[in-house]
Amino acid sequence: MNMPLATKEEATPAAGRLTPVVRYQNISKSFGDLQILDGINLDIAPGEKVAVIGPSGSGKTTLARLLMTLEEPTSGTIEVDGELLWHKRVKGKLVRANEKHLHRIRGNIGMVFQHFNLFPHLTILRNCTEAPIHVLGMPKEEARERAVEMLRKVGLEDKKEAYPSQLSGGQKQRVAIARALVMRPKVMLFDEPTSALDPELVGEVLAVIKEIAREGDMAMLLITHEMEFASEVADRVVFTDGGKIVEQGPPDQIFGDPQSPRLQSFLTRFRTKR
Amino acid sequence: MWNWEFAMSVLPKLLSVIHITIITTILAFFLALILGLLLALGRRTRLKPLAWAVALATEFIRSTPLLIQLYFLYFALPVYGIHFSALTIGVLGLGIHYSTYLSEVYRSGIEAVSKGQWEAATALNFSRWKTWTKIILPQAIRPITPVLGNYLIVMFKETPLLSTITVVEMMATAKMIGAASFRYVEAFTIVGLLFLLLSYPSALLVRRLEARISLK
Repeated sequence: MNMPLATKEEATPAAGRLTPVVRYQNISKSFGDLQILDGINLDIAPGEKVAVIGPSGSGKTTLARLLMTLEEPTSGTIEVDGELLWHKRVKGKLVRANEKHLHRIRGNIGMVFQHFNLFPHLTILRNCTEAPIHVLGMPKEEARERAVEMLRKVGLEDKKEAYPSQLSGGQKQRVAIARALVMRPKVMLFDEPTSALDPELVGEVLAVIKEIAREGDMAMLLITHEMEFASEVADRVVFTDGGKIVEQGPPDQIFGDPQSPRLQSFLTRFRTKR
Repeated sequence: MWNWEFAMSVLPKLLSVIHITIITTILAFFLALILGLLLALGRRTRLKPLAWAVALATEFIRSTPLLIQLYFLYFALPVYGIHFSALTIGVLGLGIHYSTYLSEVYRSGIEAVSKGQWEAATALNFSRWKTWTKIILPQAIRPITPVLGNYLIVMFKETPLLSTITVVEMMATAKMIGAASFRYVEAFTIVGLLFLLLSYPSALLVRRLEARISLK
C-alpha cells in the first residue's frame, strides 16, 4: 500500500485528504520538572508506517504510551480516527474524558512492548484468546480460530499449548505481536520491540514485523533503534530530540540526506557505534 | 495422675465436638479470604476517603485483641437488637479479625505482579473488572497460597478462644469435663493432642504446596 508521504514542506501530510488515524496536536508531557515532550504535532495516515528514531530520553516511548493511554498528556490533544482520545468536548470546551470513553477509543489501538508482557499464567493460545473473548465478547471457537491464524502468521502455531516461560525472547515477542493482531487494531504501536532481545533473536522479530507491514492496511508507529529496519519498513521516519520533532521525511531522505545538525550527529554517532 | 480409664471415657465426648472446631475454622477462613480480598482492594481504590476508612478499620482491628473483639460482638450486638448464635459470632469474630491479616497477604501478592501486566491489560482494552479477575488476581494469589494455608492453621489453633463466648467446641467441652469431675489433665491433654494431630499434617501439606509452587 502506498500512502502519501510526508516531506518537510508538508507539515500535516494527510490533512484534507484523509482523516488521519492518529493526530497529535501540540502534545506536551512533563513528569514533575522534567519535560519529556514539548509541543508535538504528528499525523499518521490510515495504513501509514511511521518510524520514530532519536536518542534515549528524547520522548519516543512516551509518544506511544500517551496514545495507548498508559500516560496522560500534560497538554495538547490526541485524536484517533477523528475522535478525541483523552478529552470530550462539552459545550465547546475540552474536558477530561471518562474511562468509558477511553475504553471505546482505545479499541482502535494495539501495542507491542519492549518487555513483551505476556501473561505468564496462561498458555500461548489463551494469551491470544483472552482479550477477544472477554473484551470483544467473541465466541470462544471464533477467538480460537483467529488466534491460531495469527500464531501461524508469526510462525508459532505449534507452541500454542506452551506457557510463556518455555519460550525464547524472540518467540515471546512474536506471540505478543500475534496477541495484539488478534484485536485487529487500526494502529499498532511497537515500543522498541527488539531492545530487550539477545542480538541473535532480533532478526526473527523484525522479519515478522516487516511481513505484517507489507501485507497490512494497519497503520504502525514504530519506536526503534534499528535504523536499517526503519528504512525498510517505514513510509516516513520521524527524528525526535529534546522532546521535539526535529526532522521528518521519507527514509531515503532522513538517512541519506539529513538536514539538521542534530540528526546528522545522531546518525554519525550511531554509525560509529556499530 | 494420668488415668487411662478416665481418659478413654472422655475421649468420645471430646471427639463428638471436633466437627464444631473444624466447621468454625473453615467458615471463618472463607469469611477471612473474601473479606481480606475486599479490604486489600478497598485500600487501593481511587476513592481516597474509602481507602482511608478501610486502612483505619484494618489497623484498628489488627491492633486490638481477638478476645476483646469476641466479647464485644457477643455482649454489644444484642444491645442493638442483633441476636446471633454464639457460633455465628465466633465465626464472624475470627473471620473479621484474620481478614485484616489476609488483606496484607493479598496486598503483597498484588504488588508482586509487575507493572507490565497492568499495561498489557490496558493495551488489550480489558475493563478494570476483567483486568483484576483474569490477569492480576490469578497471578497474585498463586504465590501466596502457602501463606494463606498457614493462616488457616493459625486460625484453627485460635478456635479455643471461642469457648469464652460459650461456643461448645473441644476446649469448652474439656472445661466442662474438668468442672464436673475435678480431673483436668486427661481432657486438656487429649484436646492438645487432637489439635496437634490435625494441624501438623496440615502444616506438612502447606509445605509441600510451597515447594510445588516455588518449582514453577
